[in-house]
Amino acid sequence: MKNNSNASILLKGILKENPVLVLILGTCPTLATTTNVAGAFGMGIAAMVVLVCSNMLISLLRKIIPDTVRIPCYIVIIAGFVTIVQMIVQAFFPALYEMLGVYLALITVNCIILGRAEMFAGKNSVGKSALDGLGMGLGFTLALCVMAFIREVFGNASFAGIEIPFLQPYKIAVLVKAPGGMMVYGALIALVYVITQGRAPLKTDFSCAGCPSAGNCQTGACMKKGEEQ
Amino acid sequence: MEVFKSLIIILLSSVLVNNYVLSRFLGICPFLGVSKKLNQAVGMGISVTAVMLLATAVTWPIQYLLLDKVGLGYMQTIIFILVIATLVQILELVLKRFSPTLHKGLGVYLPLITTNCAVLGVAINNINDGYNFLESIVSSLGCGLGFLFAMVLFSGLRSRIDESRVPKPFRGLAVTLIAASFISLAFMGFAGVVDSLFS
Repeated sequence: MKNNSNASILLKGILKENPVLVLILGTCPTLATTTNVAGAFGMGIAAMVVLVCSNMLISLLRKIIPDTVRIPCYIVIIAGFVTIVQMIVQAFFPALYEMLGVYLALITVNCIILGRAEMFAGKNSVGKSALDGLGMGLGFTLALCVMAFIREVFGNASFAGIEIPFLQPYKIAVLVKAPGGMMVYGALIALVYVITQGRAPLKTDFSCAGCPSAGNCQTGACMKKGEEQ
Repeated sequence: MEVFKSLIIILLSSVLVNNYVLSRFLGICPFLGVSKKLNQAVGMGISVTAVMLLATAVTWPIQYLLLDKVGLGYMQTIIFILVIATLVQILELVLKRFSPTLHKGLGVYLPLITTNCAVLGVAINNINDGYNFLESIVSSLGCGLGFLFAMVLFSGLRSRIDESRVPKPFRGLAVTLIAASFISLAFMGFAGVVDSLFS
C-alpha cells in the first residue's frame, strides 16, 4: 500500500483489492446468497454496516486491547454488531431475514470482517478504518450483486424476483443451484485477473494471510514444510 | 424403530444430500485451503467433525436450558461463537497434555476451526430445525462426516489439477472453484435418494 490517501483507501476495496474477487475472503456468503439479486444486495449492505461499525470500534480500542487476546475481543465486538443488524433486519425487512436465514448470523465468522480488523483497523486511525470498511463493504456488495445478476438473470430468467419473459425458454437452471455458484465465481476471478492484466496480486493458492487466525496458527508454516517433503 | 429410522435419515441426508460444503456452502475456506494433500484433508476433516460434535453437545443445552429459560434467545450468536472459541482452545490444551501424537496431527487445524462458519452454522441450524438433543448430535456427526467426505474427494481431484496445464487467468483459485463445482454437480445426483430409500 504505497499511496495512503483517503480516496485510495476507499477505492482499493472496489477492484484492486476487492475482498471477494481478489483477496478471496468471505467465500461462503458469496456462494450461498447470490441466487437472487435482492438477497445479495441485502447481504452486502448488512455486511457493510457490520464492517464499518466494527472497524471503527476496533480502531478506537486498538490501544486498549492487549495483543494476546485481540482475536476473542474482535469476535465479541463483531458478534455484537451482527446481533444488532440481525434484530434490525428482522424487525424492518422480514422477507430479507427469511431469505438470508442462517447466513445473517454467520456474518460473525465472515473472514472479510475479521480479516480487515486484523489487517487494517488494528493498526490505523478511526477515520481511515471507517473508509476502509466502507470501501471493502462496497466491493463486497458490488461483487455479490454482479454474481447474483449473472446467476439470477441467466439461471432463473428473473431480476430481483421479477420475471423476464423473453428469457424464460433459455434458462440455464444449473446456475442457481450449488455447482453454478462455484462455476460463476471461478469464472469471475479469472475475469478480474484479465481486466487487471495480472496487476492485482494473483493468489496462486489460498493464503493464510487473510485468515483471522493467521496470527496464532502454524498451519501456514506446516503446509510449506509439507510441500518441501 | 421409528426413532432409529428418522436418525438414519438425518445422518444420510446431512452427509449426502445437504452436504455442508457442496450444497449449503458452509466451511468453504478450509475446503479450498487445506485440501491440497490427502493427509491434511483427512486431519482437517476429523478435527472439524470432533469440534462440531462437541459444539453441538454444548450449545444445544445452553440454548434450551439457559438462554430460552431467561429470555435471552437473541444473544444466540454472541454466546455460541464465544462457547465455540473457548471449546476449541480447551480441546487444544487437553490434546496437548494427554495425547501429544494426536495434537501433532490435528493441533495445527484447531485454531483455524474457531472461525469456521460450518461449526457455528451447524450449531445454529440444529436449533433452527428444532431437533432434539439426540437428533442434533446425529445431524452434526453427519455434517462433519460429509465435510470429511467432500475434503477427501476434492483432495484427489486437486492433485490431478496440479499436474495439468491450466490457462493463465484460471490458475490458482479459479480452476479450483470450477473443479469444486463439478464435485458439487455430482452430489446433486443424491437429491431424493434418501427419501426413497425408506418409503
